[in-house]
Amino acid sequence: MTNEESRDIIMNNYLEPYHRNMPHDGYEKTNTRNVSCIDNINLYIKWKDDTIEDITFDGEACAISISSTSIMIKNLIGKTSKEALEYIKEFYKMTDGEPFNKDLLKDACCYEEISKQKGRKVCANLPLKGIEKAILEHLK
Amino acid sequence: MNREDFPLLKEEIIYFDNSATSLKPKCVIDKMVDYYTNYPANAHRGDYDLSYKVDQEYEETRELVKDFIHARFLEEIIFTSGTTESLNMIVTGFFEELLEANDEVLITTSEHASNVLPWFRLANKKGIKVNYIPLDNNYYVTIDNLKKVITPKTKVISIAGITNVIGDIRPIKEICKLAHENNIFVILDGAQMVPHMKVDVEDLDVDFLAFSAHKMCGPTGVGVLYGKKELLEHLEPPILGGGMNESFDSPSEIYLKELPTRLEAGTRNIAGVIGFGETIKYLNKIGMERIHNYETDLRKYLIDKLLPLKHIDIINIESDSGIITFNVANVFSQDVAYYLNKYNVCVRAGNHCAKILKSSVGVNNTVRISLYFYNTYEEIDNLVELLSNYDKIVKEMI
Ligand SMILES: Cc1ncc(COP(=O)(O)O)c(C=O)c1O
Repeated sequence: MTNEESRDIIMNNYLEPYHRNMPHDGYEKTNTRNVSCIDNINLYIKWKDDTIEDITFDGEACAISISSTSIMIKNLIGKTSKEALEYIKEFYKMTDGEPFNKDLLKDACCYEEISKQKGRKVCANLPLKGIEKAILEHLK
Repeated sequence: MNREDFPLLKEEIIYFDNSATSLKPKCVIDKMVDYYTNYPANAHRGDYDLSYKVDQEYEETRELVKDFIHARFLEEIIFTSGTTESLNMIVTGFFEELLEANDEVLITTSEHASNVLPWFRLANKKGIKVNYIPLDNNYYVTIDNLKKVITPKTKVISIAGITNVIGDIRPIKEICKLAHENNIFVILDGAQMVPHMKVDVEDLDVDFLAFSAHKMCGPTGVGVLYGKKELLEHLEPPILGGGMNESFDSPSEIYLKELPTRLEAGTRNIAGVIGFGETIKYLNKIGMERIHNYETDLRKYLIDKLLPLKHIDIINIESDSGIITFNVANVFSQDVAYYLNKYNVCVRAGNHCAKILKSSVGVNNTVRISLYFYNTYEEIDNLVELLSNYDKIVKEMI
């Protein structure tokens, strides 16, 4: 993915995020925020047994966090908890600057360069941390 | 002004986060290195030359602070770790004992967390009421609004002299006058005021004052608690230990030293206090009035340049301090800070520790520029150029 392509994906998902401020009656809510910055996002998850049937979100955050949430939601809907955790693991590998599975992350590869920006890695990871917590909670 | 005194300013960096903390001039750094290198003994302990010098230097800072804020007595100057500790000591050590259930304290919605949370805790513990002085359309405190909320139950007004988000300068002298006519104590949170303008505790007639050295070119971990002597006498020491006691033979025979030592248990931040003395000499040399006037002019220059930019929404157009808070249309404040950081411009994004401001101003997050005397017109020009191109901001914010 070129820098220009990454930029476009991030900006598109920031300006028109997927499933932001959508109805979430009966969904499981989880909040995710960073201590060091002001990003603050609520994720709402609808489970069907072990499969993520839907996710919506609301809240306030920077362009990286919002776009990352949007992309994550697109990629995780329809996945089982195990598949979702696998995806999250690959995402962390990417933001840590390690080799990762590009086919699995799809659009989310736009954050490949973020491992070099100390401050912004936490922003990209933010929604993943939130959903990871929610999935582990669901599995309990 | 005085840029050559600051080692960091030799680098390509524009530092606009002075409300968070200030840069340190070389003389202050050198003073602390001198202590650590040449006389690193403890204070109030030894009978040898090195230790004597420590005492002298440490107590000289107290003299300097006393004159700097125009206190009457040396005993009124207590060294703490900063504004936060000073405010907590005042609330916990003095007012917790004094206040009764349903007594009222007045603060505002733009106070820093350190002037809110200690009161909230006291509210939970003793049933006191925390009430708010309404702010006017500019988010200012006015005497008229203060009059509206004073009741026979009001015992304390605790407010910042200059708030760290709006930067308004509160009419402290008038507030103290009205308060004292009604038997109300006034605590001044001077964290943003003392570094930027002359604060004269006698003239203002405040009962307590708290401020931090690190926001005024001094070291971190040092602050001041000022209190009128007759009040400080009743302030319960928050911690007990060495240095502050006369003798302790049994629980019923604890004898504490007089002020100010009584409130300074344990080994203090000696290097910091000594460095802080140098800081005050340094600021005195420049002159607080000059600092304040320069910052006011600089702010006005920045505001005049930002006002024509349609995509910039300034929250506090009016205000006489060096604090400018704004948002860029449809851009999250943190993204603006990231963008400016790419050009080595340091600004703060966020809610600036005044979380409840949201309820009055209606915005959660802002970008904040806070100026100090070493900032320049040129730096402002650079900033304005970076902010004037909206497309560039949006393009480069990620
Ligand atoms: C108005 C105000 N009060 C209190 C504080 C707390 O100061 P410190 O962190 O030095 O204790 C600050 C610091 O930002 C402040 O701006």
